Amino acid sequence: MIDTLRLTAEEAAGLIERGEASAAELHEAYLEAIAVRDGELHCYLTTVEEAEGAGVPIALKDVISTKGVETTAGSKILEGYRPVFDSTVAARCKEAGLPLIGKTNLDEFAMGSSTENSAYGPTHNPWDPERVPGGSSGGSAAAVAAGLAPWALGSDTGGSIKQPAALCGLVGLRPTYGTVSRYGIVAFASSLDQVGPITKTVRDCALLYRIIAGRDPCDSTTVELQEPVELPEASDLKGLRVGVPKELNEAEGIESGVSEQVGRAIELCRELGAEVGETTLPRSVAYGMPCYYLIAPSEASSNLARYDGVRYGPRVGNGDIRTMYERTRDAGFGDEPKRRIMLGTYALSAGYYEAYYGQAQKVRTVIRDEFAAALADFDLLVSPTSPTVAFPLGARTENPIAMYLSDVLAIPPNMAGLPGLSIPCGLSEGLPVGLQLIGPQFSENLLFRAAHALERALEFDFVPTRLA
Amino acid sequence: MSWQPVIGLEIHVHLKTRTKMFCRCELEYGAPENTRTCPVCLAHPGTLPVPNKRAVEMTILLGHALGCEIVDRAVFHRKHYFYPDLPKGYQISQYDEPLCVDGAVTLPTGAGDVEIGIVRAHLEEDAAKNVHMGGAEGRISGADRTLVDFNRAGTPLVEIVTAPDLDSAEHAKRFLQLLRRTVVELGISDAEMEKGSLRFDVNVSVRPEGSDELRTRTELKNMNSFNFAAKGIEREILRQIEIYESGGEVVQETMHFDPGNESAPPLRSKEEAQDYRYLPEPDLVPVEPPRDLVERLRAELPELPAARIRRLAAEVDFDLAEGLVTSGRDRLFEQVGGDRRAVANILMNQFAASGVDPGAVNADELAKLIEARDRIPRQAFTEALAASGEPSFSAESYLGDGQISEASDLEPLIDQVLAANPQQVESYRAGKEGLLGFFVGQVMKETEGRANPKLVSELLREKLKA
Repeated sequence: MIDTLRLTAEEAAGLIERGEASAAELHEAYLEAIAVRDGELHCYLTTVEEAEGAGVPIALKDVISTKGVETTAGSKILEGYRPVFDSTVAARCKEAGLPLIGKTNLDEFAMGSSTENSAYGPTHNPWDPERVPGGSSGGSAAAVAAGLAPWALGSDTGGSIKQPAALCGLVGLRPTYGTVSRYGIVAFASSLDQVGPITKTVRDCALLYRIIAGRDPCDSTTVELQEPVELPEASDLKGLRVGVPKELNEAEGIESGVSEQVGRAIELCRELGAEVGETTLPRSVAYGMPCYYLIAPSEASSNLARYDGVRYGPRVGNGDIRTMYERTRDAGFGDEPKRRIMLGTYALSAGYYEAYYGQAQKVRTVIRDEFAAALADFDLLVSPTSPTVAFPLGARTENPIAMYLSDVLAIPPNMAGLPGLSIPCGLSEGLPVGLQLIGPQFSENLLFRAAHALERALEFDFVPTRLA
Repeated sequence: MSWQPVIGLEIHVHLKTRTKMFCRCELEYGAPENTRTCPVCLAHPGTLPVPNKRAVEMTILLGHALGCEIVDRAVFHRKHYFYPDLPKGYQISQYDEPLCVDGAVTLPTGAGDVEIGIVRAHLEEDAAKNVHMGGAEGRISGADRTLVDFNRAGTPLVEIVTAPDLDSAEHAKRFLQLLRRTVVELGISDAEMEKGSLRFDVNVSVRPEGSDELRTRTELKNMNSFNFAAKGIEREILRQIEIYESGGEVVQETMHFDPGNESAPPLRSKEEAQDYRYLPEPDLVPVEPPRDLVERLRAELPELPAARIRRLAAEVDFDLAEGLVTSGRDRLFEQVGGDRRAVANILMNQFAASGVDPGAVNADELAKLIEARDRIPRQAFTEALAASGEPSFSAESYLGDGQISEASDLEPLIDQVLAANPQQVESYRAGKEGLLGFFVGQVMKETEGRANPKLVSELLREKLKA
């Protein structure tokens, strides 16, 4: 009997290696778990019946194009769309022998922080089904937390891996921009989108990152990794300088329970031998969000222009071309994509470009410089990943700004192109709290080492209490 | 008042790369519809552009030929508009940081050189091709349905923008011919208007002679030949002058040129009041051509057509030199020995009419043929030119073919003609020397044109002297 709730991907690989379970048996075990629990949680939009490959099965967020398997990006406008090609990350998973379990739910076009913006209904948090799993990669996070996948890939534009990983008690890596190919990832904001793992352990995270990372000739913005991905073994933080950015840790809206757990983790860093000091990122935290909400919608308005009903996806209306465009896009897009298309179209319009998009790009440079300065004094920076624990479904749907603020701590390092790793560091009101570790560009190995040492010391149990 | 036309050109040239600009679909004109496509050029979700290196090199080469500065850093932008032929909803183009800037082309004219500024030359991708069925001819509005052929989508395209330095339709036409020849010789484009691999728009305004103001301009689109363009420009110049002279103002508009119609009606353009929302293309890194590549390409530049026109104009006249170069016959001209003007004339007239590819001709054989042209009947000469592109072509077979150039063969015939026309002989001897032509004609008639006319004249003169 395979205990999918507890089994890590590394352990699953061990079962296969020792001949104790086949990939097909594992795949079957997850499908059975899905049959039992996904009715309540709604992590998956599509499941794949046949195991293809001899490795540890995987779930992919539904922005990741999979040849022959419906890929909707959580939108009606891509309902029924089956890619004729594999995204580079899907192809790399295939080459590594990882059978696809299914495609996971998400906020439409990855726009959201709760997975409530999916056109196919929300996903529920395995720790408390009355609450959201975070988003936009909520389906991937909830699936791994509920034992419906040993590991999964998500995508992160403004916190969409880190935040749901935090809210579901998991490890989530948003890699350095340019280390993971975006080829075949349904684009949201091209200069920010990055695919990364959501896993139960830091070592699983490193294993999966190793499979997907590296230059891709199909994505001009990717680079070769400077060093191979290492599996972390460290159990201390000796010699490491850990910076605590004041503004990221004292921002308005951080729940006291979250602060408490993060404070405890920071204390643990010291006990594990790290040198801990305070640092500051005043502009990054003050301007990160506004800057993000100009750049991401601008790029989104451009990236979503291709959904016009001409080549694929549903088409509404057969008359005049303008009418066809309007009806198709009106019926196909939900409120959040429409809101962002309008924001972005406005920000890019003649006469506004310099004041909005142009200015935001300049601010982005300021943020990058500010992080570089902080990282000159410290090897890595820590903060809460999310200001709050998982919130109840519907709590923020009527107030977009409140929803956007879910990512206020996750966004600033993204604007700087930096990698961020979220690991669970405790419970507040019985719900997981995430600790965000931020390093310089290409410092994934360092993040894995530090996170692994902390993970051992924290002894967080990733199985949701109510399911244990 | 005297008016001066102010004309600028925007020229689009398809690059002759093997594959498309941002994907590796092979380019093939006339391939069955939608068979040269892939997820990238069909804009499937998540696909990304990867620039064609050869296209960048070709653009740099062209930039050199246009005397441009090749920048250290060029940036691709997204230019947005909705249209079924634009799969991504934006065209990847270059906006405020193009690859080639600030050039100049010296246009040789019969009245000396004219310098035409090149504002920029940039690289972009072409759109797909819409085919509108039913409704208004060729327009989307009112069509019953529209089909899209994506084979062309993503074809690398260079846009060349001139300064408004052209001051006549004639110069505009000359510039276009010269540019076309230049890109063909550089091997970077077929530049065939009928295939759409060369397209251009013309901006026209007029101003009082001697002034340097720039008045409201109109744009002429869809010109399908250089001659039609010249006509259209002339007509537009006259229209604008008429407006000003009757106290009116020219309105900025786009004219769709219809060669079948004497007027250039305003075009309802998709660009009308369009905001393209330019965005630096986040899927691409800036193009930073290495200096050594730029210099290597500069060194690869052959002698350009303009320089050759200038050189040849010293040997023959300007019109012949320009004709030879822009028609691609000047290399053959230089290889064919003999009287320069005669060779040039024959190449531009009888040879041009034969439709033979100048590149296929054995220049030595052609030289022999031209040298002997006076001894060859017109009909045979025309046939010889038409055959001059054949690999087995030899002038010899035409020189000998029926040519009567021996005095001993002609003398009996001449005697016969003189005997048959005693009255004319008498008149000639009495001083009417103009009758020589009559006798020559009679001999040519007798020989069905095969007699060598020079020799016939000589023999006749001698015999009539007696």
